[in-house]
Amino acid sequence: MTPAPLLTRRHLLGLFLSVSACAAPAWAADEAPDAFVRRFTGEMVELVRNDKMIKAGDMNYIASVVDARVLPHLNFQRMTAAAVGPAWRQTTPEQKSRLQEEFKILLVRTYSGALTQISDQTVTVKPLRGAATDTEVLVRSELKGRGDPIQLDYRLEKTPGQGAGWKIYNLNVMGIWLIDTYRSQFAEEINAKGIDGLINTLAERNRSNAKK
Amino acid sequence: MIAATWRLATRLALTSAVLVLFTACATGPTASPSDPLEPMNRSIDRFNTAVDEAALKPLATAYKKHTPDPVRTGVRNFFANLGDVWSVFNNLLQFKPRQALETSGRVAVNTVFGLFGVLDVASDMNLDRNKEDLGQTLGYWGMPPGPYLVLPLLGPSTLRDAGGTAMEITVGDPIGQISDPWAYGGVFGLRLLDRRASYLQAGDMLNEVALDKYTFTRQVWLQKRRSDVYDGDPPDQPELPDNRKPAPASPAPKP
Repeated sequence: MTPAPLLTRRHLLGLFLSVSACAAPAWAADEAPDAFVRRFTGEMVELVRNDKMIKAGDMNYIASVVDARVLPHLNFQRMTAAAVGPAWRQTTPEQKSRLQEEFKILLVRTYSGALTQISDQTVTVKPLRGAATDTEVLVRSELKGRGDPIQLDYRLEKTPGQGAGWKIYNLNVMGIWLIDTYRSQFAEEINAKGIDGLINTLAERNRSNAKK
Repeated sequence: MIAATWRLATRLALTSAVLVLFTACATGPTASPSDPLEPMNRSIDRFNTAVDEAALKPLATAYKKHTPDPVRTGVRNFFANLGDVWSVFNNLLQFKPRQALETSGRVAVNTVFGLFGVLDVASDMNLDRNKEDLGQTLGYWGMPPGPYLVLPLLGPSTLRDAGGTAMEITVGDPIGQISDPWAYGGVFGLRLLDRRASYLQAGDMLNEVALDKYTFTRQVWLQKRRSDVYDGDPPDQPELPDNRKPAPASPAPKP
């Protein structure tokens, strides 16, 4: 009767896995997007299961793993631009790079907390919809371990060039799109304090998180 | 039992009536079209946070610290099994026979072979939980969610879902059948504790990643509920524009 908990441990786990899914270097020439999702999610579950320092919850170590192995597979500029909204077009190059940097730190923090939750999940990728030539696709998948399955959907874009692979620019964990969730929060800050106000708020939040 | 249920029902009816009244007359600064009642919601949210920090969170933390894992899993399974009964009912109302059958199979297996639901045997048999509540059923048949609402003590909801929750508490909750008020209170409290304990970590995370907890929670909640109504695959999900590209030319104004 009480509304279900908003963010459960499974959310955390899903959040993490969704991004970590793409941790290994891209090797296949023109890999299909669903194959990409299947391969990387599997590899990430494997990695976490065998790494004792991750299991122990060493935050700095985990953050470095996320930084090195997850972020290369995101189009982080596109993610930040979408979260900032139309105001992105009016920002200076310097503001753009600061926004990206602070948003990145905030998100790495999010995934780091989720990492310790991984155990023995397996991923099922649902059949792709749309044409084979699409350069932007939605890949829907499901993680199954103990308990209810975790819905995990990705929006991927094809990187220009042969065999360059796919990059994630938004993801959906159990029905919640990550960037969309930040979009309205960012808009609130921008309306009240402008772009620099948003940058300061993000920087302050990251500083206080780092102290914990 | 009847007296207790009746009391609860009256209280709920009263709350709903007050909420509807608010809906009818309150207007906010309309920052978000889905949240016209933002000022009221924010003050209820502050109240809920205060209650949580004073009582619920410390209790849940102690509960998690002092009970062994298997005990807490058993408690969680037990209440989830009760919740599955309401899901079966709502699967039927949505004409989803396969899901209704599967979920009622879960209830049967877990109740009989799982010590009244304490062990989740059904999940090991790959009988999936198809969670549906009355708010989802109403949404399935086309009712829009209405304005976002924060309910006292119960937290995020919408006008439609608040109605569903009220029905669930009054008629759809097996715990409501407990006649002894002390036993009822105990079981009710344990369920609350179990719920809160299950998202202690997520709550801490929320403090770290949300710029404004209220807005963050609202966005998450409204998205999640819409997704739930469509079983995880809502139609025409508007995609965020790629703002690195120049703004699309605005359509010519109609004469």
